Amino acid sequence: MLPWVVAINTFREAVRDRVLYNLVFFALLMIAAAVMVGQISIGIERLVIVNLGLSSISIFGLVMAIFIGVGLVHKEMEKRTLYSLLSKPIRRWEFLAGKYAGLLLTLLLNTALMTVGLLAAILYVSHKFVRADFGVLVAVYFILLKLALATALALLFSCFSTPMLSTVYTLGIYIAGIFAADIRMLGQMSASRMVGGLMTLAYYLLPNFHNFDMIAAAAHGTRIPYSLVLWNTAYAAAYIAVALLAAAATFSRRNLK
Amino acid sequence: MPGRAIEVEGLTKDYLVGFWRKRPCRALNALTFHVEQGEVFGFLGPNGAGKTTTLKLLMGLIFPTSGTARILDRPIEDVQMHRNIGYLPEQPYFYDYLTGRELLDYFARFFGYGPRERRERVARFLQLVGLGAAGDVQLRKYSKGMLQRIGIAQAILHDPQVVFFDEPMSGLDPVGRREARDIILELKRQGRTIFFSTHILSDAEMLCDRVAVLVGGELQGVGSPEQIVSIQVQGMEVLVELPDGRALPAGWSARATRTGRRYRIEVSERELYAALDELRSREARILSVAQLKPTLEDYFLRLVGRGEASTHAAAEVPEK
Repeated sequence: MLPWVVAINTFREAVRDRVLYNLVFFALLMIAAAVMVGQISIGIERLVIVNLGLSSISIFGLVMAIFIGVGLVHKEMEKRTLYSLLSKPIRRWEFLAGKYAGLLLTLLLNTALMTVGLLAAILYVSHKFVRADFGVLVAVYFILLKLALATALALLFSCFSTPMLSTVYTLGIYIAGIFAADIRMLGQMSASRMVGGLMTLAYYLLPNFHNFDMIAAAAHGTRIPYSLVLWNTAYAAAYIAVALLAAAATFSRRNLK
Repeated sequence: MPGRAIEVEGLTKDYLVGFWRKRPCRALNALTFHVEQGEVFGFLGPNGAGKTTTLKLLMGLIFPTSGTARILDRPIEDVQMHRNIGYLPEQPYFYDYLTGRELLDYFARFFGYGPRERRERVARFLQLVGLGAAGDVQLRKYSKGMLQRIGIAQAILHDPQVVFFDEPMSGLDPVGRREARDIILELKRQGRTIFFSTHILSDAEMLCDRVAVLVGGELQGVGSPEQIVSIQVQGMEVLVELPDGRALPAGWSARATRTGRRYRIEVSERELYAALDELRSREARILSVAQLKPTLEDYFLRLVGRGEASTHAAAEVPEK
């Protein structure tokens, strides 16, 4: 299982490059929030903690996914570590799959540890877990789907562009993806049929990142239907598959300078 | 009779250069040669000749504009063929967060070795390249020479049939160069094929069964080092020491160079014995008599000198 060999090494690189140090900041944030929230927000401690915790998990994860993701391939090309690697019996797509899986593994561990911190903070302010807290785990799962999608996009761009441009492209698509529904609405309101058509096309092409935002629902204890979980999982999987296939097709033909 | 290890047929590589109007620049022009199994084959050329481009093409790191190549009778696109080849890139750089031992273990995993086999191989090859004591040091703390050694180890870790070394002696001190030469000779003794690029001609002369000379992306010649330089004795060199008060015969000064009491004299083969008699009559102490042969370096410098002007011009592909 050659991609797995690459994945483990990518994970090891992230750990040794002290990527997981962000957990320390998250832990400090959660401790400070848990201690302070009781003094400034009577009755809505849980809501504040869940909102703050999930938002932090999302932002920390997104920063990691994009900034490490855009360097996954480029760094190996720039430092020429790829030369020795590709002289071994590994295909280029297997290398890409391994790099992707390795970063995903890092994000998974990072997110899991931050979730434990968030649950500890919830327990501290509420003194118990309630059924609605299960929604926090579902919201974390949606964040992971979002991170997996953002990583796939970053990897795709890094196969043909510089890290800086790849960051711009990925962030641009992420922000546009958050506002995908608004883009469609603007298209429908447009007087020009061409502009309307283009905006509708953009709506269908852009990954709808807004779909993965369940933070408010988890904070308010609103039940998240299973069908939504299934649909969003399928949506993310399809989009990730397309992005990874495009990345593999691009990278397989690339001349390594 | 062993088959061919490497066959290259009309391999050509153009790069696109320029910012706005990209135009093709030829790095390698219709390269054709072959390497027999069990040979040590030297790939010679000055910087920018196309040596690394050729190696990158053979490794599948870049793709040819035209032409084909086969290694061990399989096309270079066949990744499974990589089970039987090893490659040391030029100025290798590896994951600096790994130790030497971890790096070799990582690469060994691609060949499906079990944990015990990996452990044993890694230890053996670390020892072989003189890094036995530095195996657990992170690569970011390795010197250039140590990186070169670990690079050699990762290239031969899986006992490949064909080994490609891009400037294997680069960055090595004299001891390291000697060790690298020994490794190459040991690989040859084991019947492996070694293809290495270098611009250190003494290494090529010492190690290679055959060499190819590349200048400006064009193959200038392939053959044994002797064939390449078309060895012919160009004369004789006599090294003598004259006692105090003695001098060389009149008219010899043009072909002699003096260092203290020692003289280096060039004479033709025909004149040798007469010249030795003359020197003995002057009580000269004859230190050595040797043939004067053109070296690979002479040939190389002649080629490079001749091709200097055309090297840059030839690289440009006329636009259609």
